[in-house]
Amino acid sequence: MNRLPRMTPLAALGLGGLAVFLIVALFAPWLAPHPVSAVVGGVWEPPSATALLGTDNIGRDLFSRLVWGARVTFIIAALATLLAFLIGVTLGFYAAFRQGWVDQVLSRLNDLMMAIPTLIFALVVLAVLPKTMVVLILVMAVLEATRVFRIARALAADIVVLDYVEVARLRGEGWRWVVFREILPNALSPLLAELGLRFAFAILFLSTLSFLGLGVQPPIADWGSLVKDNKDGLVFGVFAALIPGAAIAILVVSVNLVVDWMLHKTSSLKGAHRNG
Amino acid sequence: MADTLLTVTDLEIKAGDTTIVDRVSFELERGRVLGLIGESGAGKSTIGLAALGYSRDGLRLTGGRVTLNGRDILNLSANAIRDVRAATITYVAQSAAAAFNPAHRLMDQVIEATLWHKLMGRRAAIARAKELFALLGLPDPERFGERYPHQVSGGQLQRAMTAMALCSHPDLIVFDEPTTALDVTTQIEVLAAIKQAIASTGTAALYISHDLAVVSQIADEIVVLRHGRMVERGTVDQIFHAPRESYTRDLVSIRQHEKPEQVNAAPPLLAIDGIKAGYSKGVPVLHGINLVLGAGQTLAVVGESGSGKSTLARVVTGLLPASNGSLIFDGQTLQPDFADRTSATLRDIQIINQIPDLALNPRQTIAAILGRPLTHYFGLRGAALKRRVTELLDQIELPHTLLHRYPAELSGGQKQRICIARALAAQPKLIICDEPTSALDPLVAEGILDLLMRLQKEFGTSYLFITHDLAIVRNIADTVAVMLEGRVVRHGPKAQVLYPPFDPYTEKLIASVPQMRPNWLDDAIAERDALRGKTVKQGQTP
Amino acid sequence: MAEGFDTQSGALTPLPPRVGKGRTVLSLLFKRLFAGLLLLWAVSVLIFAGTQILPGDVATAMLGQQATPQAVAKIRADLGLEKPAPVRYAQWLGNAVQGDFGRSYSNRQDIAKSIAPRLKNTLFLAAMAAVIAVPLALGLGILSVLYAGTWVDRTVGLVTLSAISLPEFFAGYLLIAYFSISHFWLPSSATVSDSMPLAQRLIVMALPCMTLVLAVVGHMMRMTRAALLNVMASPYIETAILKGLPARRVVWKHALPNALSPIISVVSLNLAYLIVGVVVVEVIFVYPGMGQYLVDHVSKRDVPVVQAAGLIFAAVYIGLNIVADLLAILANPRLRHPR
Repeated sequence: MNRLPRMTPLAALGLGGLAVFLIVALFAPWLAPHPVSAVVGGVWEPPSATALLGTDNIGRDLFSRLVWGARVTFIIAALATLLAFLIGVTLGFYAAFRQGWVDQVLSRLNDLMMAIPTLIFALVVLAVLPKTMVVLILVMAVLEATRVFRIARALAADIVVLDYVEVARLRGEGWRWVVFREILPNALSPLLAELGLRFAFAILFLSTLSFLGLGVQPPIADWGSLVKDNKDGLVFGVFAALIPGAAIAILVVSVNLVVDWMLHKTSSLKGAHRNG
Repeated sequence: MADTLLTVTDLEIKAGDTTIVDRVSFELERGRVLGLIGESGAGKSTIGLAALGYSRDGLRLTGGRVTLNGRDILNLSANAIRDVRAATITYVAQSAAAAFNPAHRLMDQVIEATLWHKLMGRRAAIARAKELFALLGLPDPERFGERYPHQVSGGQLQRAMTAMALCSHPDLIVFDEPTTALDVTTQIEVLAAIKQAIASTGTAALYISHDLAVVSQIADEIVVLRHGRMVERGTVDQIFHAPRESYTRDLVSIRQHEKPEQVNAAPPLLAIDGIKAGYSKGVPVLHGINLVLGAGQTLAVVGESGSGKSTLARVVTGLLPASNGSLIFDGQTLQPDFADRTSATLRDIQIINQIPDLALNPRQTIAAILGRPLTHYFGLRGAALKRRVTELLDQIELPHTLLHRYPAELSGGQKQRICIARALAAQPKLIICDEPTSALDPLVAEGILDLLMRLQKEFGTSYLFITHDLAIVRNIADTVAVMLEGRVVRHGPKAQVLYPPFDPYTEKLIASVPQMRPNWLDDAIAERDALRGKTVKQGQTP
Repeated sequence: MAEGFDTQSGALTPLPPRVGKGRTVLSLLFKRLFAGLLLLWAVSVLIFAGTQILPGDVATAMLGQQATPQAVAKIRADLGLEKPAPVRYAQWLGNAVQGDFGRSYSNRQDIAKSIAPRLKNTLFLAAMAAVIAVPLALGLGILSVLYAGTWVDRTVGLVTLSAISLPEFFAGYLLIAYFSISHFWLPSSATVSDSMPLAQRLIVMALPCMTLVLAVVGHMMRMTRAALLNVMASPYIETAILKGLPARRVVWKHALPNALSPIISVVSLNLAYLIVGVVVVEVIFVYPGMGQYLVDHVSKRDVPVVQAAGLIFAAVYIGLNIVADLLAILANPRLRHPR
């Protein structure tokens, strides 16, 4: 039952951008000409043969750092998104399946979490938690999970009242059959689109945290950190900070183009609010 | 005097590559009523909208002409067609509840087009609307228009929509299934109102319906459509008494047979005893239901929307545990909640739902849908499973080639047969049929009922048959229960329930069921007026 | 019911008196207001719990792992950490509702005094962005619905898609690079002070405001469009067309009144982007507001300040949402005119 809509030029562009990003992230060690932290020249040198995109604020090769940064960005954003789906879909389906007070408690708790804008929430807890990558992924995952929960619950709640699910339950099927055979296959395509949206949002969120100095900590650097490192060059007419910024923008545009294309067929998806 | 108002010539409309309307031609004279009848997908609404020069998204007009008063409707400028829609041809939609804008008062909507196109002054338009409210039998015509759509009932909205269509003195009104969404007792009121309004205003009408019995009460002539083509055209008398095509003959003779009632007292299979239930605490839907269903028999539960008949079905299945009362099934007490019932009990009670589209998982093949209960209840696998599944397909008269299809690739009737086969797979003692034919076209529904009756004879299964349609009851029931507002007002063998002496509600219900004869509506209205005279004489009834 | 046929079937209940009408909406409004206050209280618990009860000790977190036991003990005493959490929470909340947020741990200043001018700056910036972004988003949304499926719709769609994909800091630096560095038109930092005349203040705030508008308008426009298209698919829109009304009257008279309520919800949903955006924008442009203040003190692990700023941000967001909810109720025709 593969029913992807017809490919459009924009969708091809998005898929292409996404593919380039994945390849760079995957093959970073072979693609980067220099190690991440190697100083190869002076501060903010213009592009040259040794440094394709010039050097950064302490003379490291910007291109190499961009390539390595792709990897960091991808790993953290992907892990956070997957974890968010694991938590959000499980709890969301559980709430919709059990209904009653279980649903009420979970939904109200979720509303509470969503009542604080994500970035504010993240800042508050990052003020006390240790600044490690694991903590970062967990915080991002929990915050994203609230949005996933909402969608997954809404989708499952719509499906769980359908007659075929009732027929299965009346047959005496256990929750495992009902969730994995009756509900999940019918929620899959909107959930996939949501996965794309959440991934795009995770990239933006991670970059923002790193830009504020609260995300990935040195010596490791993601794209957001690269912007932060090089932003002071701007006043001297050095546009090094714009390059990783543009990379983030292009990546997120690509993901959004792919999602828009997927949504074209599953346009029945209502309530797919993207809430920051 | 052949004063032709509307001419449709070789009309052809396509959706993508599929032909929705296939070279249909007819004409309509001034002041006459033409009925368009056909199953869902016959293209009748599309034709009706084409008369207004309108087509829904995704539809393309690929050929033919529509002329109204000699003007070519399909090639008018945007401005001109708006004038025509306001002044000359108007539209009454199937669901007035959705077709009225919730943000504006009824009066403003009724007179809006008339005012916008400056056909009348505001004062005159309001006077006209009030006059029409009165003509259509709406309560308090002076103040009716002050209300918002959600403040009045469905039947009243449908009449208000007719008033809206009549407001500008149009030459022609397109009625698109105006009573289909209503209960029978409301339907007859709206039908009577529409018929009277057409007669006294002298407008012409294109009356679209899937129900031949309804159309024939209002129309002078009838066009029978099927799969976008015109099957037959004739006067009401000719269609009824001398149909030329076999399809028309089938339509006319529908539901003529009756199940012979089983007289011998069968041992009770299901006893419903003092059941009270509701969806939220303190708001009961069922107020103490007592019913008995004999083994191998059919108990038909009849009622209008809101009578609690579907709630009763949910109580028996255990999806909605009753708050009071008990269910005795096959000599044993049934647990109120299905989750507490044994696997054997769950197997013994199966259900067939109203809308087969919702009852079949769209992501499972027919083989998977029919195979699961066999594996679940009987542990069948491999060759044995396959054999049994094909056997089931044979029993419901469907080809084996459907096994690897998905539900979306089947027709409505085929889907409902799959649902029957799935229930049958469990080899149950009782099947709860919750309006299994009300979403289907009449001829398809007839086939489903015949199948159910044959299977009952073959396997001795009992049916608890929930329906709003009294006409079906004659076909299938042994015993009948009539429900009203959460209570059973009449219960007993078919021969008792459906024949006089009646209680007032059952009498009203029976009189409201459209009958396949041209003068049914006139007779029913006359009877109603006589009845009202009687009740007035008796004073207030309890 | 036992009276045979009746043309007046389902006879009307009399029109409810106007007082009763008002009362139902009023009770709904009060219900929402109460629910909002309850939520605000729950959020205060969450913020307190998030900073004080999470694994790890506040004192250790503030000083780092190498802290001497004496220093940790001192902080614990300063913050009153030896008292049980519920007691500390009650004290904190009790003071907070009176406008007392205690003293900053890093610079010993009264938090409320530091926050007051910054909150004003932040609200000013956010309001300025909202005043531009909301009409712009609604206008673009309506435009793309009126021209659904045409090149106008597609262009607006593509531009807004790009806008939602740009990280705020990239958009901000792009604007700086163009307007401040290449052309010297506008200042790149937005240091404002109370003594600044309004005109100059607006010029200084131009770039941050533009960045913020860019961050919000895309999301808002896309949701407005979706909400409007949803209404445009209703049968009553078809009725209006079949009545012979022209497109602009159909949109203004029949679609918009029903889209108002969902559009208000859309705007309130997007306030989250405004709040998040304002934090980042203040850091980019060194704008002396709450966001920059919060981010600064998160780095310093100054827990009292973070709690206070977090609570105020959440309160503003929830407050705006309550207002939007109330407006949405008032805009809903079914609720305004109950049965």
